[in-house]
Amino acid sequence: METVLAFVIGGLYAAGLYMLMRRSLVKLVIGLALLGQASNLLIFTLGRLLRGHPPLIPPDATGMMGLYADPVPQALILTAIVIGFGVHAFTIILVKRAYQMVGSDDLDDFRMTE
Amino acid sequence: MILTILPVLIPFLTGVATLLAWNRRPVQRALSLLGAAGLLGAGLALLASVWRKGVQTLQVGSWPAPFGITFTADLFSAIMVVLPGLIALSVAVYSLGSMDPYRERFGYHPLLHIMLMGVCGAFLTGDIFNLYVWFEVMLIASFVLLTLGGERAQLEGGVKYVALNLMASALFLAGVGILYGVTGALNMTDIAQRLRGVEQPGLVIAIAFLFLVAFGIKAALFPLFFWLPASYHTPPVAVSALFAGLLTKVGVYALIRVFTMLFVQNPGYTHTLILVIAGLTMLIGVFGAVAQDDFRRILAFHSVSQVGYMIMGLGLFTPMALAGAIFFIIHHSIVKADLFLVSGLVLRLRGTHHLKKLGGLYQTCPALASLFLIPALSLAGLPPLSGFFAKLALVQAGLEAGQFAIVAVALGVSLLTLFSMMKIWNEVFWKPSLEESGPTPAGQAVWALWLPLGLLAALTTFLGLAAEPLFALSMRAAEQLIMR
Repeated sequence: METVLAFVIGGLYAAGLYMLMRRSLVKLVIGLALLGQASNLLIFTLGRLLRGHPPLIPPDATGMMGLYADPVPQALILTAIVIGFGVHAFTIILVKRAYQMVGSDDLDDFRMTE
Repeated sequence: MILTILPVLIPFLTGVATLLAWNRRPVQRALSLLGAAGLLGAGLALLASVWRKGVQTLQVGSWPAPFGITFTADLFSAIMVVLPGLIALSVAVYSLGSMDPYRERFGYHPLLHIMLMGVCGAFLTGDIFNLYVWFEVMLIASFVLLTLGGERAQLEGGVKYVALNLMASALFLAGVGILYGVTGALNMTDIAQRLRGVEQPGLVIAIAFLFLVAFGIKAALFPLFFWLPASYHTPPVAVSALFAGLLTKVGVYALIRVFTMLFVQNPGYTHTLILVIAGLTMLIGVFGAVAQDDFRRILAFHSVSQVGYMIMGLGLFTPMALAGAIFFIIHHSIVKADLFLVSGLVLRLRGTHHLKKLGGLYQTCPALASLFLIPALSLAGLPPLSGFFAKLALVQAGLEAGQFAIVAVALGVSLLTLFSMMKIWNEVFWKPSLEESGPTPAGQAVWALWLPLGLLAALTTFLGLAAEPLFALSMRAAEQLIMR
């Protein structure tokens, strides 16, 4: 499973970076979103994948016994997803306004501030 | 204890209060001023308390240390937390006279304080993932502040700023994820201890470089700085001053924090590389500035160049050098915010930032000329202003460490900085006026424009004159950083 996810993450990073290097604004947004998802999956994978061991303390025990899935990476990813959602929503609106203002979605036309 | 969280709480409450006072401009302004003054007060109180009693920590929600989120204020954090209050107060006063009603109606004040909350949170948190969250709080508020008003230049600069900063955030997040995978910890003290036992030095260095690139983008290091000169000159001057005074410092703070606390396994490799980057940042930034013809763009490029000095202190990695870097951060926050505010007053008096179209301000407005000259000379590092002592400490530390190349670069860049400041002086103030003066400032609250200028200029002079106690403070903060 880790091997599959490693390829998925690598693919997402590669696709994200490729999109970032295009000149189109829309592709820029897609690239940023892909990068964010790749990072989330990376955290997920590095938190060790484990099936069927929920982090629950049995009713007759006082602490965690044996193997259990670490809930922290999922909490981190949840936070990162929520933040990413807000930030990407803003980026999309910004890109839309910029497109209306400049009249082009080609980043090469964004030279007024250079 | 409560003091540790107060610099986060005050801007948060002020932000909420100003949101509730939506559409009531006088109330928002009063609240904004009050909040900024309160933040400055809280920062100073925290600094005094940390100086007297040592490092203060707060376990949020009373969860014990490695499990919950910890807020830690050591001397370095406490010093940094004073800066947002100071800059925010100056900017809030300046905004009274300069911010247009349109921007104020669309949430300028709440955004200002939410951004301050993010900045202070980043300075105080002792948890690496929490640091990411505070970075995002600060970023999203700064995105909106930068583009608020929706002028074409703002949107263009905004797209570049947003894209590069989001990429930095993604890298930062990846770094945090790998770090957690390797150490199983998020608390920075805990990570530092566990990293000592990690047996894959290559992996740790790889994580270190992820952080270096992520924070390097935010701090505007060479070759990752391009968003800064493309965006810092586009928003209203008050926002520019706020960004230049605070935002890159957060990146520098984070770099110093992780490279003195977490990634100290192989300083001969990582810190030498940082030193090389510092030199290149200084050089490229100042060359960029020399080539510009716009007041604010020159200042933006100097921001890049000056970040190099702060990172040079980190790269040398001795207590003396770190103390110099901390001194430099304090000095540069004040001076750069001041210079941006001066450029705003020039814009108001003459209606342009273009050097070729300006001139003769020394004759018509000698007070402004002297208020420009003080921070400009301080930036270049002339005694007895604060910039001189900041650079002196760094140069001395460089000589002690035997890194003569970086010392030569630092001194050369100082000279070019002086040259570039004198270029502004000659073009804007000294040469005869080319045309009739443009629109005179509107009558409203002109004192509000002058007051922060005077205050910040007085402060840089004072810091120069009181360099010894301030350096002692920086030295103690630096020793704390190296010890831990």
